[in-house]
Amino acid sequence: MSLLRMERITKTFPGVVANDRVDLSVDRGEVHALLGENGSGKTTLMNVLYGLHRPDSGRILLEGEEVGFASPVDAIAAGIGMVHQHFMLVPPLTVVENIVLGLKTANAPGSPLLDLKTAAARIRQLAAAHGLDIDTGAEVWQLPVGAQQRVEILKALYRDADLLILDEPTAVLAPSEVEHLIGVLQSLAASGKAVIFISHKLNEVMEVADRISVLRGGRLAGTVAAADTDPSELARLMVGRDIVPPRRRGNRPGAPVLRIEDLSVRDDRGLRAVDGVGFSLFEGEILGIAGVDGNGQKELTEAIAGVRAVEGGSLDLAGLAASRGGRFRNIGHVTEDRHQTGLLMSFRLWENLALKSSDRPPFGSPFWLRVGAMREAASRAIDTFSIAAPGADIPASALSGGNQQKLVLARELGLRPKLLLAAQPTRGLDVGATEYVHRRLLAARDEGMAILLVSTELDEVLALSDRILVMYEGRAMGPVEAEETTRETVGLMMAGMALGEAATRSTS
Amino acid sequence: MSQAATARIPEVLRATSISLAAIVLALAASAVLILLAGADPLAAYWALLQGAVGDGFALGNTLARTTPLIFTGLAVAFAFRCNLLNIGAEGQLYAGALASVVIGIYLTGLPAVLHIAFAIAGGFLAGAAWGGIAGYLRAARGINEIISTIMLNFVAIFFVSYLVHGPLAEPPGFFHQTAMVAESARLPVLYAKSDLSIAIFIAVGFALVTAYVLWRTPFGLKLRAVGESTGTARFAGVPVNRYVFGAMSVSGGLAGLAGTAEMIGGQYRLLDFFSPGYGFDGIAVAFLGRSDPIGVVFAAFLFAALRVGANHMQRTTGLPTSLILVIQGMVILFILCVAVLEWYRRRQRG
Repeated sequence: MSLLRMERITKTFPGVVANDRVDLSVDRGEVHALLGENGSGKTTLMNVLYGLHRPDSGRILLEGEEVGFASPVDAIAAGIGMVHQHFMLVPPLTVVENIVLGLKTANAPGSPLLDLKTAAARIRQLAAAHGLDIDTGAEVWQLPVGAQQRVEILKALYRDADLLILDEPTAVLAPSEVEHLIGVLQSLAASGKAVIFISHKLNEVMEVADRISVLRGGRLAGTVAAADTDPSELARLMVGRDIVPPRRRGNRPGAPVLRIEDLSVRDDRGLRAVDGVGFSLFEGEILGIAGVDGNGQKELTEAIAGVRAVEGGSLDLAGLAASRGGRFRNIGHVTEDRHQTGLLMSFRLWENLALKSSDRPPFGSPFWLRVGAMREAASRAIDTFSIAAPGADIPASALSGGNQQKLVLARELGLRPKLLLAAQPTRGLDVGATEYVHRRLLAARDEGMAILLVSTELDEVLALSDRILVMYEGRAMGPVEAEETTRETVGLMMAGMALGEAATRSTS
Repeated sequence: MSQAATARIPEVLRATSISLAAIVLALAASAVLILLAGADPLAAYWALLQGAVGDGFALGNTLARTTPLIFTGLAVAFAFRCNLLNIGAEGQLYAGALASVVIGIYLTGLPAVLHIAFAIAGGFLAGAAWGGIAGYLRAARGINEIISTIMLNFVAIFFVSYLVHGPLAEPPGFFHQTAMVAESARLPVLYAKSDLSIAIFIAVGFALVTAYVLWRTPFGLKLRAVGESTGTARFAGVPVNRYVFGAMSVSGGLAGLAGTAEMIGGQYRLLDFFSPGYGFDGIAVAFLGRSDPIGVVFAAFLFAALRVGANHMQRTTGLPTSLILVIQGMVILFILCVAVLEWYRRRQRG
């Protein structure tokens, strides 16, 4: 008998059918992947299971008994644990304090006081059983992201979760950490628990899951055993058509657009985040910067864009900053976080598109906006970039993540910059939208644009870059020619291994 | 242009219907209070209406009172579009009144048109300088503008008080007030019995200009961009700090014009504590008008009508005028409720 059965779950929101008669069953001892593009209904389905949403119809059975959760409290009591994409931890509290937070059982029997020692002992026991290495006394803010994720998993296990849901758990991890997490999940499954693993990455799902359920447009496109399928079948189920990876043509780099020597930049906390980095970027090439999040990539791109002070070294933009229009119009910047630094969410599409050029023709003068021209340009951009929008007058927040990213691309490429900074250009995008963004970047490069691509997705860097630089703890390794390196070498460099060593290690 | 205009209509309708619904709900809830007080709500509201717009005199009073509220409402709304909360409209109003009065009294020998123009410009600049202090502190030093504007209110109000008690007191100094501004600095009167001058048209004109600036100029677009997301604005090359300073200055200038309108549009002299809290009512007006300059005009009229009608209501029904404060407060509460509901619904969907 399955641990969990969800039968014909339907959930509608005004104007949207988020889940349409979805069936899902998960067995004990199984890692079950839930695969789908953004907006395909994965998160809604899990929120229904976790008691955050009530289904319109359908039923949920746990160990054969029908359950109805009014809130996550009920779900947790029934043995369901969820590790959200954005961690629900209190940074100034210690690991053990975070784990027992909100539990009445954390008190010593008959005492009003917390008994953290006993709790810590139990946590260490759980951690040891599943390879979840953690310092229970550490304060959460001091821990790296991977460790914080382990705290979240332990939090669920401490509450006796039988069914663990992980929402896009690998988005924040380095390749080696992903390996480790996969090991942990398989150990949990082996101990008789069930794991639901939400993802939109095909390779990962193939590696970790026993069975894979694919959602598309709110419906179940199919459930397949990992052993009987391959990534291209999964992609077809997920997108509804075949996905052709973009092909990179040989490039003929031109004049240098950006020259950096011995550059140092500090982060928001005043710590040195970029430490003596140097490289050049030429017209008509994509230079990929690989690295785990938080190794100085963000500070580097922000310094080049001109929104972060340079502490030392030289940054030569070949006249881009001084020439007509200034730095912000001559450098395109697809920012890392489209919500915080890319778009004005409540503003209309045409306002977003004209943001960087509102005070010059054709969009206006210093004293007035030519709204007609702005709206026309926006309608054209909606067509050229195939943004799924009913018109240019809707707010950016009404678009899906992929279409928001296309909107950012449309604005930045529309400026026809000589240099484009593309920071995590496909973060959070589904397969279809990612494919589209990649194609656009390659086309821009073929037209002679110089592109600095920052990505934590190794596959993306390898697929698009002509040369690759790896950043680790603020220092840069490389660049290496993309043709002359391997996935393994770059992966090892991302973990901090020097180039020479990584190259030998990966070939031996 | 026409397409853009039509696109705005549903939004405007929605915003308007929310404000209207809040007003109706507030009146309904207040009716319960009136019943508890032993009076007839319908009779009370009828008296309120009569007192506010029942005849020419009543309407004149209401419009005269609408004028400063439009300016302070615009001031708060303008700053809010840049995500700044200007609680200092009251102090900026005093600064503007002071400058206009000084120009009106001491700068004589000018033709009326010029004299009035100077008084208006002086009022705007003085208010802008007062608001600009808070803007500078916020932009350069990160000091919260809510705190600084509240404190600058006291400085402005008591500085004016000091001046009318001494340096600027009308000779021989028995009364704590300045002399009257010269005839040439006074705005043409529309209806003398209610001190109604053409200041009301100037106020509506400024509302239209403010709307134009916010929605049809690059300055307005960038200012609203800063208000929506400083991160996005900064990454798009908008000098955020300069816009913060600019928004607070313009906001202060608009509030200063409320003082100017009072000085050269009806009161003609500066008194201790002459404003019955126009600056603070401006916050509520901006809120009810949903920070839209045109909405502010209607909201200012409503608040003025409530205040003016209250006296008549008190005389005929015996209900205290402070009931009006309850109604005003409830309007704001109901709008807040709607805002929370909207936020919650968005979150549910997201």
